[in-house]
Amino acid sequence: MCGVCGCGEGHSHSHDHEHDHEHPHDHDHHHEHVAEHAHAPGLSQFRMVQIEQDILAKNNRYAGENRRYFGERGILALNLVSSPGSGKTTLLTETIAQLKDDLDIAVIEGDQQTARDAERIRATGVAAVQINTGKGCHLDAHRVGHAVESLELKQHSLLFIENVGNLVCPSSFDLGEAHKVVILSVTEGEDKPIKYPDMFHAADLMILNKTDLLPYLDFDSEQCIQYAKQVNPRIKILSLSAKTGEGMDSWLRWLKAELDLQRIDYA
Amino acid sequence: MHLPEGGMAGIAMHELSLCENILQVLEQQAESQQYHKVKTVWLEIGALACVEIDALRFSFDAVVQGSIAEQAKLEIIEIPGQAWCTACRRNVAVQQLYDLCPHCGSYHLQVNSGDQMRIKELEVE
Repeated sequence: MCGVCGCGEGHSHSHDHEHDHEHPHDHDHHHEHVAEHAHAPGLSQFRMVQIEQDILAKNNRYAGENRRYFGERGILALNLVSSPGSGKTTLLTETIAQLKDDLDIAVIEGDQQTARDAERIRATGVAAVQINTGKGCHLDAHRVGHAVESLELKQHSLLFIENVGNLVCPSSFDLGEAHKVVILSVTEGEDKPIKYPDMFHAADLMILNKTDLLPYLDFDSEQCIQYAKQVNPRIKILSLSAKTGEGMDSWLRWLKAELDLQRIDYA
Repeated sequence: MHLPEGGMAGIAMHELSLCENILQVLEQQAESQQYHKVKTVWLEIGALACVEIDALRFSFDAVVQGSIAEQAKLEIIEIPGQAWCTACRRNVAVQQLYDLCPHCGSYHLQVNSGDQMRIKELEVE
């Protein structure tokens, strides 16, 4: 049973977590609003309760568990975010084709409906699990935790979590990933980073995809990169075409280097 | 509030998840803090928190139907955005994540306030 939520689903990696639920102290300063319920005097004692809790505290607890699970096993988990149609799944299938002989890879696919993307990934020969969010516009750490469990990830493997195509909502939800990677295709317009600043602010790496189409577009790459750095001075940016393979080498080297970092045993 | 057939059908925004989280906290706290009705909820929402207040209010009214917080009033305390300018070495006010430093024009800003979303306190019965 899931250790945190008690949802009844299997969740093996959640048994060793700390129950660090903070129960805020009750500072009752009784404000009696008698006028509101004058018909029942004495029975309508409203009082104030201090909560002081992050709205996302629960998600963040699950994310912390996921992160610890990945950390203990040297797994590099990446949360891939973008608008629909940026080429995330093609980038993934191309990346997997190049790396699967050397690395253990698994994929969690998030979409509102259908298992089409997970099927595309499985066709490459790696394990993939589909999460359908229904009306939900983003993945959350709890569902990812259960998906991770069903994947039985190998030590030192690479886990791609392909979030729902949406440049707004997924930015607030930590899944326990090492990095958010935002993918932007050059067909989208160079001002996306300032139109959707939260996502670019939350990401550590931006991939400018479909660069093979640049000759046919008025896309200003320099301006786009400038906007992204304006929103997030720390963001690193790679330009590539998953279709032609141009620029893929840097992305593959980044992945291997980041995976290597996960293998370091810190004191 | 009138909702379309199927309850939440048609709503797809993360403010809905946020409100589901808020309701869970209210229900959990009801046991430990011994209340059975929530009259007012105060939230602190940062200007940089990626929360659309109108969407939050809409979602809240939908989510709390039939719960201990049905008809609860939502009070939003908006927290202004603030960032540390690494060039000026001082805190500056920012309205957007892409704002430049109003003093020196640098984009090397580190947000240090205004990205929070917290449940602050409740008025309960």
